[in-house]
Amino acid sequence: MNADAENAAAAVPTGTAPGRKPLVARGGANLAALIMFGVLALLPVLAGLIDDPFLVVTFTRVLVFAIAVLSLDFILGYGAMVSFGHAAFLGLGAYAAAIPAAHGVTDLFLQVAIAAVACGLFALVTGAISLRTRGVYFIMITLAFGQMAYFFMTSLSAYGGDDGITLATRSTVLGSGILENDVVFFYVVLGTVAASYAVLRAIIGSRFGRVLSGTRENATRMQAIGFPPFPYQLTAYVIAGIIAGIAGVLLANQTEFVSPAYMSWQRSGELIVMVVLGGMGTMIGAVPGALAFLLLEEWLAYFSEHWKLGLGVILVLIVLFTRGGIAGFVSKYLGGGRA
Amino acid sequence: MNEPILRIEALRKSFGALVVTDDVSVDIEPGELHAIIGPNGAGKTTLIHQLSGSLKSDAGTVTFRGRDITGLGMVERVRLGLARSFQITSILDGFTVLENAAMAVQARSGSSFRFFRQASGETALNEQAMAALAKVGLDDRAHRRAGSLSHGEKRQLEIAIALATNAGMLLLDEPLAGTGREESAVLVDLMASLKSTHTIVLIEHDMEAVFSLADRVSVLVYGRLIATGRPEEVRNDPDVRAAYLGEEAA
Repeated sequence: MNADAENAAAAVPTGTAPGRKPLVARGGANLAALIMFGVLALLPVLAGLIDDPFLVVTFTRVLVFAIAVLSLDFILGYGAMVSFGHAAFLGLGAYAAAIPAAHGVTDLFLQVAIAAVACGLFALVTGAISLRTRGVYFIMITLAFGQMAYFFMTSLSAYGGDDGITLATRSTVLGSGILENDVVFFYVVLGTVAASYAVLRAIIGSRFGRVLSGTRENATRMQAIGFPPFPYQLTAYVIAGIIAGIAGVLLANQTEFVSPAYMSWQRSGELIVMVVLGGMGTMIGAVPGALAFLLLEEWLAYFSEHWKLGLGVILVLIVLFTRGGIAGFVSKYLGGGRA
Repeated sequence: MNEPILRIEALRKSFGALVVTDDVSVDIEPGELHAIIGPNGAGKTTLIHQLSGSLKSDAGTVTFRGRDITGLGMVERVRLGLARSFQITSILDGFTVLENAAMAVQARSGSSFRFFRQASGETALNEQAMAALAKVGLDDRAHRRAGSLSHGEKRQLEIAIALATNAGMLLLDEPLAGTGREESAVLVDLMASLKSTHTIVLIEHDMEAVFSLADRVSVLVYGRLIATGRPEEVRNDPDVRAAYLGEEAA
């Protein structure tokens, strides 16, 4: 049998289990990630060659969103938790940079710590409540919590309320304004994406990650062997919230402006679209997903103000014809993505 | 007789007006293979759900190794050593066969709140998982995707997972469901070999298998236990013949 031979071949390096995601085998994904991050690292050089500084700015924005997409793919693709309020973490993280900055606290590490604590707590409380529900109810309740955060920030007039708040400068690193340099900031963001990717990949392969994806696949089976879903799902939700919060700090620095619009449910929906575009449950799809969405947004808006209609059509085509999003498409046409 | 390993007393469950488990009391002795038979809709699977903790009972008590477990859920019961299999195959299709078993080993060995060490590299997990697979004869399939197994192999894996939990007592819900003749022969041999190491409650439709394996048989009809005893006693019980075996014998 064909499948037999294929599986036997995959089983040859014993001990290392063949990736349970058929879309992108694990070894292949790591190689693909290495190539992807390597190419991205050369981007400022390319931008210098073609004399287009805007390229670096655009990709910085893409990579900031990619961090949030990674964190959402972690709970959505591996934990089957369709959070429709993920933008709230991005927004809270952005405010964790903007509000201290308004009081003169501009240190990046301090802001990241504040974002991590705030988003971790918000995820812990809202996750503990949301995870008592399933399916559509989970989607609705996460959306409701996201909107609560949105309206809270809208009414917080001390920090701009609806109008948002402008950052005087980018965050400082040990007192230095080094992040004002777009290229340096690009590398900080790229490093954060790569680190988030590596950390989440490690977690997915760990004991914890196994329980999480086992629960996604068959929660009853997991309970029957002794794993209650709740503590594992909640922990994953908190991890994702913290990482999205860190993305928020970087987003505030990228735009040097923060407004409640970052937390709106439309933003949450866009993050889900980015996950699906890139390939759900692949991790590697986060960067291409964010890139495709943000470029399509710009490109389609150029043609028509009704660009979302065009985006809808493209999304339908991608879901219908590629299944695993961009990552699935690539791995299918490049020999299963195997190294 | 020894103290029963599982004591079921006056267990009840109804869905609306339909009484599915009606005052069921039976003691399961340590080491026995106790089969529960009954016509379709007799409430056998509901009883297994109640015993495994996936369904709350309306009344009655379940005592496992002297401890009242009536209020415990499936997670706590399997940790105490009472594992179940499912009538409709319930495995992790996207994981390998080895990973399916290793997951059950992981559940009972150390914390699963470990985030960085790769689980696939934990030899202790893999070795014990492999041992469970070897017992059911699936060790040569260890690295295949569970979803790609044949139906009979999936039924074997279902049992391997229960074994990998290290439970002393197994609740097997129609392990032969949907299997062909050869597949069921493998499974019957497997259960016969497990008799020496595990206490087993077996729900099964295949009468040939039940009477060849069981130490005792209970007959459930419309939620009531109408007979419990040695296979030959049950076979000759007039109530049982009328209610159940009669249909098949006729």
